[in-house]
Amino acid sequence: MPFERLTIALAGNPNTGKSTVFNSLTGLKQHTGNWPGKTVVFAQGTYRWRETTHYLIDLPGTYSLYTNSSDEEIARQYISSGQADVTVIVADATSLERNLNLTLQVLGLTGKVVVCVNLMDEARRKGIQVDLPKLSAELGVPVVGTNARNGDGLEALREAIWEVATGTVKTSPREVTRPATLSLSLDDEAASDCRVEGLVTAAQHIAAKVVTWPKERADRQDRKIDSILLSRFYGLPIMLLLLGAIFWLTIVGANYPGEVLAGFFASLEGRLNAALVVLGAPLWLQGILITGVYRTMTTVVAVMLPPMAIFFPLFTLLEDLGYLPRIAFNLDHFFRRAGAHGKQALTMCMGFGCNAAGVIACRIIDSPREKLIAILTNNFVPCNGRFPILIVVASIFMVGTNGGFGSFLATLSVLGMVVVGVLLTLFISKMLSLTLLKGLPSSFMLELPPYRQPELGRILVRSFIDRTLFVLSRAVIVAAPAGVVLWLMGNITLGDSSLLTLSASFLDPLGRLMGLDGFILLAFLLGLPANEIVIPILIMGYLRTTAMLELDSLESLRQLFIANGWTTITAVCTMLFALCHWPCGTTLLTAKKETQSFKWTALAFFIPTMTGVALCTLVAQGARLIGFLWR
Amino acid sequence: MERQLIPLVKVPLAGRGSVGSLCAKSHTRRRLQDLGFVPNTEVEVLHKSPAGNPAAYGLRGTVIALRDDEAGQIMVFYAF
Repeated sequence: MPFERLTIALAGNPNTGKSTVFNSLTGLKQHTGNWPGKTVVFAQGTYRWRETTHYLIDLPGTYSLYTNSSDEEIARQYISSGQADVTVIVADATSLERNLNLTLQVLGLTGKVVVCVNLMDEARRKGIQVDLPKLSAELGVPVVGTNARNGDGLEALREAIWEVATGTVKTSPREVTRPATLSLSLDDEAASDCRVEGLVTAAQHIAAKVVTWPKERADRQDRKIDSILLSRFYGLPIMLLLLGAIFWLTIVGANYPGEVLAGFFASLEGRLNAALVVLGAPLWLQGILITGVYRTMTTVVAVMLPPMAIFFPLFTLLEDLGYLPRIAFNLDHFFRRAGAHGKQALTMCMGFGCNAAGVIACRIIDSPREKLIAILTNNFVPCNGRFPILIVVASIFMVGTNGGFGSFLATLSVLGMVVVGVLLTLFISKMLSLTLLKGLPSSFMLELPPYRQPELGRILVRSFIDRTLFVLSRAVIVAAPAGVVLWLMGNITLGDSSLLTLSASFLDPLGRLMGLDGFILLAFLLGLPANEIVIPILIMGYLRTTAMLELDSLESLRQLFIANGWTTITAVCTMLFALCHWPCGTTLLTAKKETQSFKWTALAFFIPTMTGVALCTLVAQGARLIGFLWR
Repeated sequence: MERQLIPLVKVPLAGRGSVGSLCAKSHTRRRLQDLGFVPNTEVEVLHKSPAGNPAAYGLRGTVIALRDDEAGQIMVFYAF
């Protein structure tokens, strides 16, 4: 075959299952620079078909190519650059008419197109019929129907792509407005209207010919669900209940496997140590490898893995169902009042996964002012690196002391922190739009996609690979060198005390002021590369000063913390500080890249930090005052 | 039955109208058009958010949420 490598671009509206098509075509052979799951920058992957390597580029999901948002510009430039041998347009079978607008725009740029009509099963379930051969005849390019989620039609899609790429099948794309005449300038409104309306009307005519709608309305079930989930009385309470249920399941479920893991690692440690002794390793090397690297890494795994393995699939489930845009819809009112963009609710939700991903996601906001607000405040929602801090601290201080009622209290306190985070996001956004980033909110348009039947197996696999393993491996990679640093700090002595104790006691006065202590502050400082290692560092720090044999349960963890002077106030302040302090290194680098400005990056650092210091101090000193008055 | 040209935001919940014209300018206008808000398109008011603004509108088999500011710039024929 003369074709060693074919390049395929994947375009389409948002919410068409484009990412699922991409994932199903490439399997695990993909690499993304950004947070997987939602496409914000190019995701790239490969697959083999007919002994040819196909190189797949996932373009940002857009409704159009000509409205001048950065995503659309990226997609348009790529498609018209001719770098791709074939452009695949993924369209949603349940809303083909709207999807055809983009299809016709792409056909104006290139004729080498395959249209993939996805979600055929959803359409069938709703009684919508799409005549694919007729659509193909209308458009003049091959059309393939798929259900990317279970793999239906993917073979046919691969074959169609190959045929168009190699010229085995010639396309004769429908004549549409050429890009030269589809003016990018918006000056001539009447002319622009005429062209856009022409495309939309053409799409309407084609859809009328190929789509058969059921007699009853197809989205009855969706409207019924939405009339509850979006309603005035139930909308917000149900949202809180759902989040609360996720936290509760995570807290209750993570307990047992965490103990099993910790026990396993502890027994393995003994054997590893014995092996090192047999090999004749010097004492300092044993210290660095076992007490430093091994212990820090295994604590990261034991503390982080169980909550993540439960939290991520549940969160992905909400995402897959199509609930996140509904959250944005319910919360938009507050963001509008805060002078922010409605889509900031979405970038905020992305922040629950990973703040760096949340910052990248801010690209979906067109207005520069509102984009900056969203970037600067993204850190106020806890990412999955910080959720475990909240969950672990809540579990230790609420579950342990209150029996069965405890897990309920722990859930409430984590939920409370999330609500505080959202309120802070709104408050700081408002402050910014009144001072540094003055202006009026711009327009807000958001699609509420149909609810989709989630594929449980796929959710488990993807959330485990994309999120759990991704976050865990990042944490472990950071934990190893951090373990070395920690061991060195604990064993290099100046005078009578170690560097670790010295730094902690140096930070102690500031820590005390904020209701924390020197070790907690030090743990957060050393956790700058990744928040996942904060709790492990804290445990290591305490273990250096407290004699402790085995750390195999939450109860012993609680004893350790209490022995180091923790009270409920310490727990609350630690959770507050976990919620608001400097963003992790990755997030800061991302903010620098996205804003291209040192000033805004510095603000992204200082705004949450100052907020956290102020809040913790307020709580600690307030509690002290109340305690004083009480007596 | 009298058909009047009114802003979409004034159409009551569950009401239906047909797009007459857009008052929005530049980018907002273009975005609305890309989402399908062009003359003669049937639009239905499907849901109001808990605070009443934004609201969700059904058109062309999709559901689009708009803030009142935007929905106020879409003129629709509505039969009282």
